[in-house]
Amino acid sequence: MHNFSYLLTLLPLLGFAVTGLIYLIRKDNALSNSMEKIIGGFSSLMIFLPFVLTLVLINGLSEAPASPQLLKLYTWIAAGSLDLSITYRLDSLSLLMSLVVTGVGFLIHLYSLGYMHKDPGFVRFFSYLNLFIFSMMNLILAENMVLMFLGWEGVGLCSYLLIGFWHEKSFDGVKISSTGEAANKAFIVNRIGDFAMLVAMFWIFKQIDSLSFSSILQNTQSFDPQAIFWITLLIFIGSTGKSAQIPLFVWLPDAMAGPTPVSALIHAATMVTSGIYLIARLSPLFLIAPDTMMIIAYVGVLTAFFAATIGLVQNDIKKVLAYSTVSQLGYMFLALGIGAFSTAIFHVVTHAFFKACLFLGSGSVIHAMHEEQDIRKMGGLFKVMPSTAITFLLSSLALAGFPLFSGFFSKDAILSFTFGAHQPVLYALGLLTALLTAFYSMRLFSLTFLGQPRWSEGKHPHESPAIMTLPLWILAILSFLGGLIGLPATIQEHNIIDTWLSASVSLPDFHLSHSVEWVLIGISSVVAISGVSAGLWIYTKQPALITTLHKQFLLLYKILINKYFVDELYHQLITTPVRQFSKHVCLWVDTTIIDGIIHTIGKATIVIGSQLRELQQGLIQNYAFVMTMGILAILSFLLIKIIV
Amino acid sequence: MILTLTIFLPLIFGILVFGVKKERVELQKWIALTGSALTFGLSLFLFTQYSSQASFQFEHLALHNWLGQTFDTAYRVALDGFSMPLFLLTGFLFPLTIIGSWNDINHNNREYLFLMLMLETGVLGVFAATDLFLFYLFWEAMLIPMYFIIGLWGGKSRIYAATKYFIYTLSGSLLMLIGIIYIGYLGAGENAGVFTTDYQKLLELNLPLDQQLWLFWIFGISFFIKVPLFPVHTWLPDAHTEAPTAGSVILAGVLLKMGTYALIRFNLTLFPLASHEFSMLIAILSIIGIIYGALLALVQTDIKRLVAYSSVSHLGFVVLGLFAFTTEALQGAILQMVNHGLSTGLLFMLIGMIYSRRHTRFISEFGGIKKTMPVFTSIFLITTLASVGLPGLNGFVGEFLILSGSFKSLNYGSYAYAILASLGVVLSVVYMLPMIQKVFHGKITNDANRTLKDLNPRELMVSVAFVFFMVWIGVAPGGFLNISEHASEQLLERLSKSHMQSSMATFNPN
Repeated sequence: MHNFSYLLTLLPLLGFAVTGLIYLIRKDNALSNSMEKIIGGFSSLMIFLPFVLTLVLINGLSEAPASPQLLKLYTWIAAGSLDLSITYRLDSLSLLMSLVVTGVGFLIHLYSLGYMHKDPGFVRFFSYLNLFIFSMMNLILAENMVLMFLGWEGVGLCSYLLIGFWHEKSFDGVKISSTGEAANKAFIVNRIGDFAMLVAMFWIFKQIDSLSFSSILQNTQSFDPQAIFWITLLIFIGSTGKSAQIPLFVWLPDAMAGPTPVSALIHAATMVTSGIYLIARLSPLFLIAPDTMMIIAYVGVLTAFFAATIGLVQNDIKKVLAYSTVSQLGYMFLALGIGAFSTAIFHVVTHAFFKACLFLGSGSVIHAMHEEQDIRKMGGLFKVMPSTAITFLLSSLALAGFPLFSGFFSKDAILSFTFGAHQPVLYALGLLTALLTAFYSMRLFSLTFLGQPRWSEGKHPHESPAIMTLPLWILAILSFLGGLIGLPATIQEHNIIDTWLSASVSLPDFHLSHSVEWVLIGISSVVAISGVSAGLWIYTKQPALITTLHKQFLLLYKILINKYFVDELYHQLITTPVRQFSKHVCLWVDTTIIDGIIHTIGKATIVIGSQLRELQQGLIQNYAFVMTMGILAILSFLLIKIIV
Repeated sequence: MILTLTIFLPLIFGILVFGVKKERVELQKWIALTGSALTFGLSLFLFTQYSSQASFQFEHLALHNWLGQTFDTAYRVALDGFSMPLFLLTGFLFPLTIIGSWNDINHNNREYLFLMLMLETGVLGVFAATDLFLFYLFWEAMLIPMYFIIGLWGGKSRIYAATKYFIYTLSGSLLMLIGIIYIGYLGAGENAGVFTTDYQKLLELNLPLDQQLWLFWIFGISFFIKVPLFPVHTWLPDAHTEAPTAGSVILAGVLLKMGTYALIRFNLTLFPLASHEFSMLIAILSIIGIIYGALLALVQTDIKRLVAYSSVSHLGFVVLGLFAFTTEALQGAILQMVNHGLSTGLLFMLIGMIYSRRHTRFISEFGGIKKTMPVFTSIFLITTLASVGLPGLNGFVGEFLILSGSFKSLNYGSYAYAILASLGVVLSVVYMLPMIQKVFHGKITNDANRTLKDLNPRELMVSVAFVFFMVWIGVAPGGFLNISEHASEQLLERLSKSHMQSSMATFNPN
């Protein structure tokens, strides 16, 4: 069966090619309803089929031996000792990711059929989505770093195209006023990360003369220890770009300029987890770089914490979710940093469910509210859109880590392992962040769906059509039940996901006694429950308390609402100086120094020339004319001589 | 013989163009197009006969001793792995350029077409010549028509640009002439005491280091100007910006490659020790070029000038790759010459298309034209992505090979070169994307852009031809890398051999 696995990438590519061609022919003209159904349906099918194929492959793999299956299509780039091929690696890790990407991807395609209905860019949108899935599948199925990088930059391109999808729309960000600028920011910040990733690849190639994952994983011992530190660190820096960690997280909140299904698919469920996937893929290499691991853990937990604090005060429904994504990705890096690779992937999976559901839910709300995104102008939506509200609640509870919801199990596993790794500081910060998370998710839910309506008279919010609520329900159920694949050891000694991933990812090796683990589960539960109840209580019963708090801690509030002024800082420290340097130094060197010298030489020639000649006609033109004739004569002479 | 025919076919058609009445402009264009298309056909035919394992092929010797018995100078042409890709690229670009700028020239059409075709013969000759004196002739033969194309059909400051181009290039090539004469006398040692400019005989020369050191620059300056390498690049932005569209495409597409090609053909091959000696200096200049070119592109207000500066940056990668002395980097550099010809060539072509509609190239004049020209926008974006090295398109393959080869290069001996050069990868999006944003996205604010027409079939055909190869090389570069593989390995062997001999000589003076 695995011989057909190239269809995993080929079908989305076909979808892109067909829809892309239709776009080029039809341009941005609205389609008829039936055409929309045919084209959108075809595009969705090109994702559904790979989903089914992944299921079949997973079924096959669970019976087959643990070693990865490699499928080589052809040699891509070969020169010297560099030999890169288009080879796909099918193992438990890549297939699990493939399941999430095609599964969630398909649901979001379905949802988009409703969300993008009547949008003039309908076809273009679906072609970009297909291209995204194609790139993402290459990223996770690649057997070598460079093919992975093709997917890596490919998803970045799609992210760019989709953030700027409504290119005429304005967008309110720091130093940014249009969706196009937000798209540029995403691409450029990601490129900074990609620069590190490129250097990491060069370094690996220098070390072992190969860039295939198999060689890297088999030859971890042949790396120079010093090089390992730098290579792993560079890969991590690359990951901070794509996966929005400190210091490169700044693009993700602005990426919300894109249509909401895109935020769900690319900027929550799949693309932003690429960095986590990659580090898990290379887990044996990272395990022998303890310094890098420590850096990853700290950057992860700090990102989780700071992003959560920003999420506390934002008023744009999508911005809150964006910072929450940054924060949850931070948890995943924390897990990677302490060596709990499979747990990080577990959180990737549960997060994909509940965050996709949250974003799609927010899209449903935004649709109903006629493009309104400010939660201060919402409230009381529970009654008018019950499906959206209930699914939003379920996924919010998963995000909050409420006991028994999927997010509870994955987050608790991360915290328990952090405790088990004897990292009290990391543990404390992680726990604190969990409290904040529970609080802001309920703040968001309360302000949006509960209380009195605060929207203007003219608006008549309504529930979204079934094509949009069906994906919401499926994702909400998964957000609730998804935790079953990763039950704690106190309940199930070897849970499903660890067992499944053991063939391709290093497993954590710290053991906690069952009693300690029960205590930790208890703490996590208490934290989540108190955060949830506090959030609900304050935002439904005590709205006055919030204004008092804002006034009391005005400075802190200002800092948080302005996101710690990081964008402004980068602008002052990097963007402006580079521009100034180019404008004042480089341009000056070019026009004054270099050209100055050239002009002097030129003038000198002309002065000498005019002394030699009486006639003041164009000196060089004359030379040139004579030379042309001369050269022409010689060439003709050559030609005639050769022929005769 | 067929190679000779290929080289001179454009010139013959150029003369034919003059046989047509001045008023019959369309016919003149069709003749020119036929000539260049036939030339491309012939170069493709040559390629089908080409063997990637042999060195010089399709050799044609004529006019032996045409400057007298005491001079072993002749008409010698042949193709090998280094010249074949560029020969094909030239054949490919000229007909497309003629189609692409079909309606751009509105006076002295005959003269213009004649010069274009003469230029093509000059360029093809440069790539095919295996006699140094002949090489020099073709090199000059290409300089002149380009001078006139810029000076007669260029933009507002065309005279300034053309003069600058002329002074720069001519001063370089005069030095080269001196070098050729000098090396011709040195070659006498390998040629029974007779002065020779036969490249294949000169290959036997083992020049001592001190002679190589200055010959390296005598030849090199001309090539570095042509590439152009920092700091002798300032002719390029003016020439590219002022030249008519066809001129810019050809300049970027093939003329710059003559510089990098000649560096391989002469500097690396004939002066391996000096190349080794100066490689770090050249690498530093290349890296300055990469970053400096990118920074200058960042602050341009004219789209064409922006792309012109990006060329300085891109060609820096090529030169860096040449002097790394690894197969990966050398192969990458050769491929990148073709890549740059395709992507920057098409960028200039596209800028020409928008210029012919709006008669301006200032970024601020545009905005939101995605709405009126969606197909044009898509093609411009794909080309930009190729240019910034997005994997899956051609630019990435070249850049990746160059940088990974430079990183592992023992010749450079430090990772710093490749790491600094990789910054160019970041900067490329920093200067390209905001331009894309300002020109294509957002709302239309300038009424003149509301009625723009999207690409017509002629323009679309030309663009698609370029894009086709950009995707092909990006997805499956094997066939292209293959062309130069043997030649690259031979050259690297030669470089390491000469280096080993010389270090043994210094190690053991007895």
